[in-house]
Amino acid sequence: MNVQAWTFVIVGLTFALYIAIAWWSRAGTTGDFYIAGRGVHPIANGMATGADWMSAASFISMAGIISFSGYFGSVYLMGWTGGYVLLALLLAPYLRKFGKFTVPDFVGDRYDSQTARVVAVLCAIFVSFTYVAGQMRGVGVVFSRFLEVDITIGVIIGTGIVFIYAVMGGMKGITYTQVAQYCVLIFAFTVPAVFIALMLTGDAIPQLGFIGEMKGEGVSLLSKLDGINQELGFAAYTAAPTEWVSTAGAKGYTDVLAITLALMVGTAGLPHVIIRFYTVPKVRDARLSAFWALLFIALLYTAAPAVAAFARTNLIETTRNAYYDPAAAPEGAKVIPDWFRKWEDTGLIAWVDKNGDGQIQYTGSGLDSGGAPGHAAAFNGKPSFVTADDVASGAFNSERGAHGEREIKNDLTDSANELFIDRDIIVLANPEIAQLPDWVIALVAAGGLAAALSTAAGLLLVISTSVSHDLLKRVIMPGISEKQELTAARGAAAVGVVLAALLGIYPPGFVAQVVALAFGLAASSFFPVILLGIFSKRTNKQGAIAGMLTGLGVTTAYIVYFRFGPGERADWLLGISPEGFGSVGMLVNFAVAITVSRCTKPPSPAIIAMIEDIRVPAGAGEAHEMQVPPAHG
Amino acid sequence: MPPTDRQPDQRSRSQSYWRANLIVVGSLLVAWFIVSFLCGIVFVEPLNQFRIGGAPLGFWFAQQGSIYVFVLLILIDVIVMNRLDAKWGFRED
Repeated sequence: MNVQAWTFVIVGLTFALYIAIAWWSRAGTTGDFYIAGRGVHPIANGMATGADWMSAASFISMAGIISFSGYFGSVYLMGWTGGYVLLALLLAPYLRKFGKFTVPDFVGDRYDSQTARVVAVLCAIFVSFTYVAGQMRGVGVVFSRFLEVDITIGVIIGTGIVFIYAVMGGMKGITYTQVAQYCVLIFAFTVPAVFIALMLTGDAIPQLGFIGEMKGEGVSLLSKLDGINQELGFAAYTAAPTEWVSTAGAKGYTDVLAITLALMVGTAGLPHVIIRFYTVPKVRDARLSAFWALLFIALLYTAAPAVAAFARTNLIETTRNAYYDPAAAPEGAKVIPDWFRKWEDTGLIAWVDKNGDGQIQYTGSGLDSGGAPGHAAAFNGKPSFVTADDVASGAFNSERGAHGEREIKNDLTDSANELFIDRDIIVLANPEIAQLPDWVIALVAAGGLAAALSTAAGLLLVISTSVSHDLLKRVIMPGISEKQELTAARGAAAVGVVLAALLGIYPPGFVAQVVALAFGLAASSFFPVILLGIFSKRTNKQGAIAGMLTGLGVTTAYIVYFRFGPGERADWLLGISPEGFGSVGMLVNFAVAITVSRCTKPPSPAIIAMIEDIRVPAGAGEAHEMQVPPAHG
Repeated sequence: MPPTDRQPDQRSRSQSYWRANLIVVGSLLVAWFIVSFLCGIVFVEPLNQFRIGGAPLGFWFAQQGSIYVFVLLILIDVIVMNRLDAKWGFRED
């Protein structure tokens, strides 16, 4: 069986599994649909949270980003795990005690305000749509790369699968499919990592191989990587910010701090993560499932930097100065590995022989497009290959260059660098770079799909709940029956899936930029109001609304001005990039909410009683029925 | 016990529980801040003079160590808070 046959078999089996689970866990009530009937075991919830959280970006792109940016990749590692500490300590147990179904439920009830509820709903919908577009695109990309089908067809197949289990099973269906998806994705990520760790360092555990020595070389992996990076004109892999001065991709200390904080706080404030903690039976289960969730996430997040370092070492060692054409290579000279040609066809790697020696020169020296030294590109933009049409029209002589490589149309840079490498190749091509069996390669495709589908489903649930519960039931038509609400929830999920598919097929050009906005908005809106709602009795309606609006306002304005508007890097406030500005937005939200609350009336005694109630765990099971304020209160 | 007596007792127990909770959460957050923001970012260069295995220490904290500590912090929170729940009589059945 070849790779493609294996991929069809493994992906087909996993999809059949997801649908079977969805059938078995159909939702009968709104409680099932929104919060899986509150019957999820903490370990299962931990796995579901892990799959919910780890998206196509975590699975496919993160190791690649670290591989190419060394120390700076740490912002994602610390940011996307540290948020769980905030979630477990500051939010999850209290939100579970509060009960109900959604984040806007808490904001609306705690601040006794429909305005606050509607602001929260709009944020939740915006953040979730931003995110889901990227997931559906990820599904299409995995399909097109591994199964050679069109991206559009890939998106449609993925949409069909999500449609079946999200619309039929709601939170219950999603939770148990996510458990299966977690198992698929962690297996798919770990197997290649273990093989490569064994090959390079002789240590089967990637996390230990990362700090270990190169097999038979008597030098540590990271020292070796620092050395080859510097030899090629890049900054040392492990070097801290000041040693990367003015290198492309370098960030100042303030920016590294700001981005890490924004990602942590944003993670803790993302509605699709928070609602997972509503699904467990008890308050202590909420704490416990936060522990399991982070443990399961950490399995991938601590292996990712190891994969990044292994892959970079491998990649440089196998391609540097290698001959593209085996026939042209002198006796005993290094020739490019087989995977190079396959991934060249997908546009993830490209070579242009600038000096005509037939060998691949890979170097970081020379100026990048921004005029900074290091990480010089071989040519501008992503590779655009010469096609048969270009040859037919006479614009180019051949689709192939002098050595048989794919000829590109891009404008070349002045740098001596001849190699283009897309960072996604680190995970996608890793099994081939390490010459692993075909079924492992197929497994990576199934893993990427599991990561993207599980996150998409979690986000769609937030969108559907926001519409059917937060808007319809709580604001527009409070009188609707449970059955009508469930139908509305299913309808909203169906519409959401279709919209997400359209965003995946016709991706707006700004998807990558708006992901920063999603974290910024979660950090500057939800996190502060939920935290104050629990920890500060004095924070009232006026404070919360003013805080959310100003936090959102400054964050959106900053990101839009610098990402889409005329803003220049030199004008960044304290050197903080748009990606990290959510942390400033959060501080603004806190400051405004606290100040405005002090200047206005304190919350009513019923609200104070409710805060005191959510602070202690006993009686969480009944909390949702007991929420009614005392008759003579 | 008549309900009139239970009310103030419950209230003072809640307040003691909450104060203990704040101390636990506060201490764990201090550790969270130290391993990530201090060891992984602010003091990464001085720490890089030391090594853990083959990795510079500051770099290791930023890419591995902080994550291990995060997992451990939540585990400590689970254990300590379960004890506090039992101690102040808020353990759920």
